[in-house]
Amino acid sequence: MPSNDERWMDAEAGPVVRPYALTQGRTRHTGASFDLVATVMATRALVADPTSLAPEHMNVLQLARAPTTVADIASDVDLPLGVVRIILADLRELGLVAISTPVARAERIDTHTLREVLNGLRGL
Amino acid sequence: MDYGAYDPAGGQPSSPRPPRAIKILLAGGFGVGKTTLVGAVSEIKPLRTEELLSEGSLRTDRTEGVEAKTTTTVAMDFGRISLRRDLVLYLFGTPGQQRFWFMWDELAIGALGAVVLADTRRLADSFPAIDYFERREIPFIIALNCFDGVQRYAIEDVRMALDLEPGIPMVLCDARSRESSKEVLIALVEHVLATTSAEAVSGIA
Repeated sequence: MPSNDERWMDAEAGPVVRPYALTQGRTRHTGASFDLVATVMATRALVADPTSLAPEHMNVLQLARAPTTVADIASDVDLPLGVVRIILADLRELGLVAISTPVARAERIDTHTLREVLNGLRGL
Repeated sequence: MDYGAYDPAGGQPSSPRPPRAIKILLAGGFGVGKTTLVGAVSEIKPLRTEELLSEGSLRTDRTEGVEAKTTTTVAMDFGRISLRRDLVLYLFGTPGQQRFWFMWDELAIGALGAVVLADTRRLADSFPAIDYFERREIPFIIALNCFDGVQRYAIEDVRMALDLEPGIPMVLCDARSRESSKEVLIALVEHVLATTSAEAVSGIA
């Protein structure tokens, strides 16, 4: 193994790529921000011109055919969250996905939901 | 995960109701058992985040020879528990050090609450997390991970060492055990419920 005194990443960090190359160097996404557990959903079944999308954008779009979350997508495509966010924002700008945050910012989870979570956990 | 029937060939998506996603944070020092706990109680998934290094971490991390690089990869513990078809719990485990607070700031928004996983051999590792949640008034509990099943100190002594406010629950757990880890999450939700109800009664909420 080549010497790697700096130890920026270990094997668990995955392949050493430059993830932001996929986003043309952008590190911030456009538009309103969205939560890690915001729901992502494709807005249409088919893309008119699939070749117009980069493969990573296409992969993300495929995963959003059924409602899923930002974190789930990042995990499934194995790309860092920051990169996935930019891809999602691109897709949103193209009108291909809708992203909605389940809990409003700074809002507490209501008692009813808390009880449902509690019952759910007890029933596991 | 199966979120319900959806036929992509059917033209317009049949607007399946997306499940409600609830976040729970898990904080604690390195090696305290966060990954173990998430793995014991949920379907664990890999998740990494490429983050810009803050000023603080630039001072502590060696950057000689890699000056051009301003991001670092942080692996997060990420687990999902499907409670019902329309209700999913997400666990996010992040390192407890102050330099990772920028990640928590985002994770904490809308979160149900937090579990601070602590090890009595390295109690100080949990101070930053406790500090963080107290300051931001995010409901949390302490879970003492008893690695070898031996409780070394009395709960009251640990409470004192952590300078915990009386209302903050502390539970013992074995992060390797599914049942025990589940009890930790239950204790957290019960605590949040009790706090929320109390606030409603006193008219604060």
